[in-house]
Amino acid sequence: MSSSWLDRNFKWVTTLPAVLFVIVMMAFPILYTVRLSLYDWGLSALVPPRWVGLQNYTDLLTSARFWNAVMNTFYFSTLALAFQLILGVAIALLLHRKNTRIAKTIFLMPMVATPVAMGLVWVLLFQPTNGVLNQILVSIGLKPLAWLGSVHTVIPSLVIVDVWEWTPMITLIVLAGLSTLPQEPFESAVVDGASSWQKLWYITLPMLRPTILVAVMLRLIDVLKTFDIIYATTQGGPGTSSETLNILGYVLAFQYYKFGSASALLVVFFTIVLGFTLLMIGLRKKLGRSA
Amino acid sequence: MRGLAKTIKTLIGMALIVSLLAACGGGGSGGNGSTSSGAGSSASSGGQASSGGNGSSENNAKPAQPFKGQRLVVYMANHPWVELIKSYLPEFEEETGIEVDIQNFADDQLSQKVSVQLTTRAATPDLFMMRPLQEARQFLRNGFIEPMNSYIENDEEYDFGDFSKSAVDGTVVDGQVTAIPIIADQHIMYYRKDLLENAGLSVPQTIEELGEAIKALHDEKNGVYGFVARGQRSLLVPQVSSYVFSEGGDFMADGKAAVNTPEAIRGFKYYADWLREYGPPGVLNMSWPEAMGLFTQGKAAFFTDASSLFSNAIDKEKSVVADSVGFALFPEGSHGRRPYNIAAWGMSLNANAKNKEAAMEFIKWATSKEIMTRTQTEGVPGVRESVWANPETTSKFPAELVEVLKKSQEIGVGHDRPQVIAVGEARDIIGAIVQKAILGEDIQAAADQANEEFQALIDREAQS
Repeated sequence: MSSSWLDRNFKWVTTLPAVLFVIVMMAFPILYTVRLSLYDWGLSALVPPRWVGLQNYTDLLTSARFWNAVMNTFYFSTLALAFQLILGVAIALLLHRKNTRIAKTIFLMPMVATPVAMGLVWVLLFQPTNGVLNQILVSIGLKPLAWLGSVHTVIPSLVIVDVWEWTPMITLIVLAGLSTLPQEPFESAVVDGASSWQKLWYITLPMLRPTILVAVMLRLIDVLKTFDIIYATTQGGPGTSSETLNILGYVLAFQYYKFGSASALLVVFFTIVLGFTLLMIGLRKKLGRSA
Repeated sequence: MRGLAKTIKTLIGMALIVSLLAACGGGGSGGNGSTSSGAGSSASSGGQASSGGNGSSENNAKPAQPFKGQRLVVYMANHPWVELIKSYLPEFEEETGIEVDIQNFADDQLSQKVSVQLTTRAATPDLFMMRPLQEARQFLRNGFIEPMNSYIENDEEYDFGDFSKSAVDGTVVDGQVTAIPIIADQHIMYYRKDLLENAGLSVPQTIEELGEAIKALHDEKNGVYGFVARGQRSLLVPQVSSYVFSEGGDFMADGKAAVNTPEAIRGFKYYADWLREYGPPGVLNMSWPEAMGLFTQGKAAFFTDASSLFSNAIDKEKSVVADSVGFALFPEGSHGRRPYNIAAWGMSLNANAKNKEAAMEFIKWATSKEIMTRTQTEGVPGVRESVWANPETTSKFPAELVEVLKKSQEIGVGHDRPQVIAVGEARDIIGAIVQKAILGEDIQAAADQANEEFQALIDREAQS
């Protein structure tokens, strides 16, 4: 009796743990955050959350600090992603040609390192007075920079760290894509007398497009949510000049104890990331068809 | 039969999968890098403290161990004091029969861990370290803290009156003792004796004199900056507070925001102007490790910060100027010499703790005259006047520093940051004044804006 029930429902029973996991670890936190975003709550065990409706959202959307964080998030993400994409693809093409395993391993090392520890190392490298980077700048006759200590250079400095750390991921994905490309188009191109440049531009890159789009999508989601390296190096400063949405969310929750506002921000942020992801998926489908 | 076997196999398989998931989840949320002391294992950190009230009712227990069988979980910061207490712990456990499980966290993690844990009204930790001026009001309002007045008021042997008054002030909110202060901190001036000597200058006694000395010793070409201090927005607030106090200002006056008064602005302005004109590049992203690092590398003439950092300055391994570091009283402003003298850390009792009596026994032991004499003798400045009166306890401190610390305790102010519930938010608001001034913006406009925001915060708190 019981066994026949099990036989009939086996597909449900075996997927149940995974479904439960998704519900408990993903769906519930998101729904709880949405609910919390409609309340005012200071993490108190005595004062219960107070219903404020959409107040947290209106406060947020009218605050200059929120829009500053939005701008910082996009400034940082765009700059970081652009460099990672160009460098990542270029390194992948280079490594694919030479195919040196040691070089590949070394290129992947930054990705494996602990971000917070690396953030602290970068703080030392960026030190305006004693740091290595300024010593290099001075030795080649340039003016030293304040790096993380200036409102103008802080985001580009953080971009350097992020590019250093995450370019290898793009490289890794593109390398995988390169190894699956068919050889025939290249052979016929050689027969037709195409130069290396033409092969790259007219054959390799167009054929790689779906792979690159996947890499960009994965990186985009991640770079928008960057937290560790910023928190470990500047905590959003100087002032609020490197305060991204994720950092602001953390500050609101754990330094200001405004869990309602923080939740509202995270809901908005979640929507933004989701929107970008859907956009990328749509783009991929469209470009995939036209290719 | 075969069907049954299959069912059992499937169930076992599922149980394994589920337990695997549970283990992963647990690892993610509980793995905050805690280490436990001696007997207690980290596996017990999530559970409740065991053995309810039956320990105290056992009459046949040895009188030497009145709390035999009780167990305390204590969250502590990473601090030399904690290491000392851990090393003395076996004595306490032997004497009382209480088993103490000390778990360490980094400062920020400690605050978060306590908040999240106590919001659920958990009975553990029984005790936790916290920064009274930063967290006392918030934690009290949130129902995390059991006020300790009744436990300490009539205990003559413990002698709470012996604690430094300004340190106690910071832990008392509306007459309720939210924490026992354990570690004191004062605002002092670090300076370079050799540089002053070479320039033929004496140690500046007033803020004005300090400004002139900074200007005189500033020598950017040779890599020596006149002044260094914290420039990170929130972190600079305590370090600018003594300048504001000494010029006659404060963050609040009569419960109202007062950060744009002429007195307060004078204080902010000294600090910001010096950092802008005579400070190192990138100061806006500096906390004490960076500032102290520059000072110990011989790249700054003056540095005002907490006295608790002194060992970094004279540590020959870290400091190239260890032999020429001088310690001086915070300079005198137009309204006197008013450095902060605060309780940097306190120990609080969880409002929902099961073993409050045993917990208080531990606090009283750890902050007793005897133990504080020992911890201070090992180099951790305590908060008991009788301990400071004993010259043996300060034998490990530089002689010059001892005088400065004693005097600072006499004249000090008991707070170094705004006394509101949302201290973190208020600090960000106030720190912005100094940061904007360092960037060359108009300080009056910055202070006016900050005052408005700060007042809005105070009003909001008054309503809730």
